[in-house]
Amino acid sequence: MKSDIKLITSEGKRLDGRGPEDIRKIKIEAGVLHRADGSCYLEWGGNKVLVAVYGPREAVPRHTQNPLRAIVQARYNMAAFSVEDRKRPGPDRRSVEISKVISEALEKVILTEQFPRATVNVNIEVLDAEAGTRCAGLTAAGVALIDAGIPMRDIPVAIAAGKINGQVVLDLGKEEDNFGDADLPVAISPRTGEILLLQMDGHLTVDEFNQAFDLAVKGCHAVSEIQKKAVIHKYQTIAAEVQE
Amino acid sequence: MPNEGRQIVIPGQILGDMPAFKPGRGTFVENKKIYAERLGVMNIQDNFINVIPLKGRYEPIVGDVVIGVVEEASTSNWMVDINAPYPALLHVHEVPWEIEFADTEKYLNTGDAILAKVLSVDESKKLQITLNDRNLFKLKGGHIIEFEPSIYRRIMGKQYSMIEIIQKYTRCRIKVGKNGRIWLDGDAEGIAKVLQAISKIESEAATFGLTDRIEELLKKDAKDVR
Repeated sequence: MKSDIKLITSEGKRLDGRGPEDIRKIKIEAGVLHRADGSCYLEWGGNKVLVAVYGPREAVPRHTQNPLRAIVQARYNMAAFSVEDRKRPGPDRRSVEISKVISEALEKVILTEQFPRATVNVNIEVLDAEAGTRCAGLTAAGVALIDAGIPMRDIPVAIAAGKINGQVVLDLGKEEDNFGDADLPVAISPRTGEILLLQMDGHLTVDEFNQAFDLAVKGCHAVSEIQKKAVIHKYQTIAAEVQE
Repeated sequence: MPNEGRQIVIPGQILGDMPAFKPGRGTFVENKKIYAERLGVMNIQDNFINVIPLKGRYEPIVGDVVIGVVEEASTSNWMVDINAPYPALLHVHEVPWEIEFADTEKYLNTGDAILAKVLSVDESKKLQITLNDRNLFKLKGGHIIEFEPSIYRRIMGKQYSMIEIIQKYTRCRIKVGKNGRIWLDGDAEGIAKVLQAISKIESEAATFGLTDRIEELLKKDAKDVR
């Protein structure tokens, strides 16, 4: 099944017309929910993700508290209607894993030592899925955390690189993810270049891995600029509205 | 003129170098460089770079006057929600009444509002508040509304100018807590006006000349002014 689908032409043109290093269209909007402390709505190609942040607030039950720092509890959830066949609702093996790796990635950027015994809740709801939802979720979570006014060292950002028909490309689409050779989601802290999340599905040689990783880091910096613009845009429009 | 000199900063943004500037509130230092740790407005005062937050939870500081809502009455203390990440403890010794053992519910019960002061904040952020001061008391009746704690200074105005204007035009009794809560008592019309003014301050907090615009807003339909 794998080899009989042509995902990329010899000229380097992909199924949706992108080049090997092109990112899908990204739209980010901060502060969309009123009840949450911070929120973000993100569209990344065909992905639609909504993130709500609550906290810092006291962690319950008590035994989950850390007396020295705050804990970060991210919850990644896919809506039943987010995929073609209905997804059975509720946490499954995959979403529990993604929740865990995203929690750990966010823990590294949030200044958790300022809030002992507290928790920061990050709810990531995937409304529409088209490959790369964990990267989209983590990118949106970064914006929602800023919107919640939570102290952070940096704004986390993520993107996937991968291999399709033997060629290393950036930001896999749905068919490329399903029928490609490898998928490599990477999250970094763009200011320091620290890796926050690194997973791999499929097979890559060492050379291909290095190539894909460098491409993903480059992509992260590009997405990071879109993130920053979205936040600054949101809060500058408040100021601009008044000047009219 | 997007912000008339108020620069909006985001976490991880570089604000200055160490020897020339000193790190103030809302910043952190890495390799002798000062970075913003949260979304806010940059402010430089006496070479200290501060980030005044635009959003975020209330962080209790000793001496702050806050509005609390009693959550639970125990035999010798109350747990009070002061809108911080943690509940605050109010001990029977810290109230102006003589209370016999286990008689706490007669004085303050679940749901009651108080104007209190933060007494102590310890290492693990355990909070204690007090009612032992002449301008602290139980708030009877009235309404409580919440606002973004970071704009407390804007709601008060320079030398309380903003809050005095609101009080003057609406004829409401108003108490503002640093924890992002306002208690107000008055007629329905006045309360509606206060709500209108507060939501305007909240949405335009990052701009200049706000006090004048609020006065304009309140003046428009003010009938009798004291």
